[in-house]
Amino acid sequence: MAAAERAGPGDGAGRAPAPDRSPVPAPAPVPAAQMSGGAGGERDRGRGRGRGRVVAAQELPPEQKLQLRKEKKQQKKKRREEAAAAAEEQPRAEPRLAPATPDGPGPPAGRTKAELRAERRAKQEADRALKQGRKGDPGPAAAPAKPRAAPSEPQSVVKRLPEHVQVDDPVAQKKLAKKLERQQVLMRQDYGPKVNLFSHLHQYSRKKPLTQEMSIPSTVIHPAVVRLGLQYSSGLINGSNTRCIALLQAFKQVIRDYSTPPNEELSRDLVAKLKPYISFLNQCRPLSASMGNAIKHLKKEISGLPSTKKEEEAKKKLQDFIDQFVRERISLAAEAISKYALEKINDNDVILVYGCSSLVKRMLCDAHDKGRVFRVIVVDSRPRLEGRDMLRQLVRQGIHCTYVLISAISYVLPEVSKVLLGAHALLANGSVMSRVGTSQIALMAQAYNVPVLVCCETYKFCERVQTDSFVSNELDDPDELAAQRAGVLASWQERPSLRLLNLVYDATPPGLVALVITELGPLPCSSVPVVLRVKNVE
Amino acid sequence: MPGAAEKELELSEQIEAFVARLKRGGQRPRSEETARQTLGLLRKIIARGRWGKAGELMGLIRKEGQRMTAAQPSETTVGNMVRRVLKIIREEYGRLRGRSEESDQQESLHKLLTSGGLSEDFNTPFAPLRANVIEAINELLIELEGTTENIAMQALEHIHSNEVIMTIGYSHTVEAFLKEAARKRKFQVIVAECAPFCQGHKMAVRLAEENIETTVMSDAAIFAVMSRVNKVIIGTKTILANGALIAVSGTHTLALAAKHHSTPLIVCAPMFKLSPQFPNEEDSFHKFVSPQEALPFTEGEILAKINVHCPVFDYVPPELITLFISNIGGNAPSYIYRLMSELYHPDDHEL
Repeated sequence: MAAAERAGPGDGAGRAPAPDRSPVPAPAPVPAAQMSGGAGGERDRGRGRGRGRVVAAQELPPEQKLQLRKEKKQQKKKRREEAAAAAEEQPRAEPRLAPATPDGPGPPAGRTKAELRAERRAKQEADRALKQGRKGDPGPAAAPAKPRAAPSEPQSVVKRLPEHVQVDDPVAQKKLAKKLERQQVLMRQDYGPKVNLFSHLHQYSRKKPLTQEMSIPSTVIHPAVVRLGLQYSSGLINGSNTRCIALLQAFKQVIRDYSTPPNEELSRDLVAKLKPYISFLNQCRPLSASMGNAIKHLKKEISGLPSTKKEEEAKKKLQDFIDQFVRERISLAAEAISKYALEKINDNDVILVYGCSSLVKRMLCDAHDKGRVFRVIVVDSRPRLEGRDMLRQLVRQGIHCTYVLISAISYVLPEVSKVLLGAHALLANGSVMSRVGTSQIALMAQAYNVPVLVCCETYKFCERVQTDSFVSNELDDPDELAAQRAGVLASWQERPSLRLLNLVYDATPPGLVALVITELGPLPCSSVPVVLRVKNVE
Repeated sequence: MPGAAEKELELSEQIEAFVARLKRGGQRPRSEETARQTLGLLRKIIARGRWGKAGELMGLIRKEGQRMTAAQPSETTVGNMVRRVLKIIREEYGRLRGRSEESDQQESLHKLLTSGGLSEDFNTPFAPLRANVIEAINELLIELEGTTENIAMQALEHIHSNEVIMTIGYSHTVEAFLKEAARKRKFQVIVAECAPFCQGHKMAVRLAEENIETTVMSDAAIFAVMSRVNKVIIGTKTILANGALIAVSGTHTLALAAKHHSTPLIVCAPMFKLSPQFPNEEDSFHKFVSPQEALPFTEGEILAKINVHCPVFDYVPPELITLFISNIGGNAPSYIYRLMSELYHPDDHEL
């Protein structure tokens, strides 16, 4: 292009003495070069256009130049919008060829390199759509949309930020309100004054579940999902595995009760039906990473159903898929993890566990059944006190246990030989997202030279990255923290300067964790993105 | 004389009552209060007790002191006050004897080098000793009253605007410190509640009354929130001779988290909490409360099969501490042993 520009003035200078003659031959080579756009190199076209542009610029007065530039911009914008809208709707691919071609030649003055590129791409899209239509493969409509979207919108590389971490953004909240209104799901109100550092998160009250404001039975939300939502928001179902399994069971019920309305395809309609349910559950309690991954797989499976399948067969296939997912990714994975962990548990070990993790519970019970002799120290923290659950179950199995609160951990750590922790999710940078307090235990354990082992199934691996515990977290009901025997904080809301913070999760830096045990074997924390990539390719 | 006998009886009753109160524990009085009561009692012993020479007096004080410290070993302020009084007696005796303090110290060095040198026998009776000692104890009592204020006066040197300060549990000294700073500067405080007694709640309510933006959180969130904290300011129960702390449980976690994020850890404690003990084993100072605080008796069926621990104190090693702020100014942990030599005589370290 630079060479062309440099050649331009020279040529212009060469042509200047004959201004009347130049407009005639100049436009002729320009369209010719553009017509051969597909075959010709960029530089040829550029040079031709550059020459043409320089000649045209010399001829037009400045106001007309400005006007021309404005028109070019508008046309470019219009063409981009048209092309984007057209690419999203695949069935209209063929008739779209017709409007594309008249745009092709166009006035030579209104063309820029980007516009030509856009047109070329539109033509390629249309060809691809034709080919796919011939193959009969429904294919996700998103595929042509993505390469189109990539150059024009830089943010598709980063996934759209979930709503539940954008509570302080009024625009995002308005968008969410509109979406919920469309889906006929109620929006849950925040409760109580929030700590400034966490004003971007929701804070709900356990005593005011969403179901109180809805009319039951609800016409929009399936009753199994309503019950599930209530169980989530009141804390009856806790723990990422439990929540995920409950979610999948509820969706199985939904699928069983589903019947395709006339003139609709099951693959598309069922996904559309599930969307308000997911919004509703999200309002009851923000979805966990395990639930999010499960929903993603389910949606992919539903969309991948061929339209030729009969409804009963398709429903059965989906239910089988859900069963298989739970069996393979959760139950069998737990068995495999337990087997790997058995190699790490030696006789006369003192193992420290925190809170209540179904996986860790299973591992310890299995090891005890296999005859290993060890002692367990259960660490617990206010206000959830989940460790008592773990304690009861371990004692029932006959394992020797000790119980302390998290502030006493520096008293028990000198006698601990290893720490076993569960995880809510494993992030792509190696951070472990788990119940709040886990990072503290990992830190203390490192100070006492005790190895920290984290157990996590691979379906909980996330593509998110996180370095601190602020940006993406969950706030629980602050009244739970105030509920204490002495009751000093009973009237905390009357004091304007006082705030209560009840965090649910925190992120443990990968440097504090020695090993992650997954069903693929023991891995270091840094292998999470490798596993994600391998699983995605599969 | 019947009057004197009565007084002696009254005195021994008072001592018994004090020891019994210490042994019972449970009320968690302020350390300053305990120190004042100890000094009051020692003053009465000196005033009414039957003694003639300084040596006898020291023996008497030492005996009573041993009884009092044995009643509740974790209340180190009692022992500290006893040692201070012993040092006062030595000083007053030395002054009456006509010896300056400097030569006293040189003598002890001399004693070290040449074993079996002069030994102080404290056998010369001096009439004004009683009055002098009592006056010195009165001065000590006045000094005791002013410690919290002295520490709070240094607050503005350490807290700037828009800071986020973290603390744990409830400490009178830290409360006064923060309230003094809040009069001129605006900052936020995060309080870790310090289970199982949750004294942090009381601290938060008191701070919120002064319109300081306070947040209460669970102990489990200490590390999660630490990245946003500028300073950690805590109180303590005891300062050990090597600069370590015996503080409320949860403080070690707080100190480690602060070290991990390179956040300065400031300890506000008056000098009467400085105890000349070194940590022999890290377990020897532990004190436990009823496990009911951690796991209530309503959990009945499993209680018989498990162990529940509820320790009250934590040991914090000196390398995690940045600064001590006391009534005599700010000091690094490595300087604490030197301050000790000014307060206590080496012979009194073991009561």
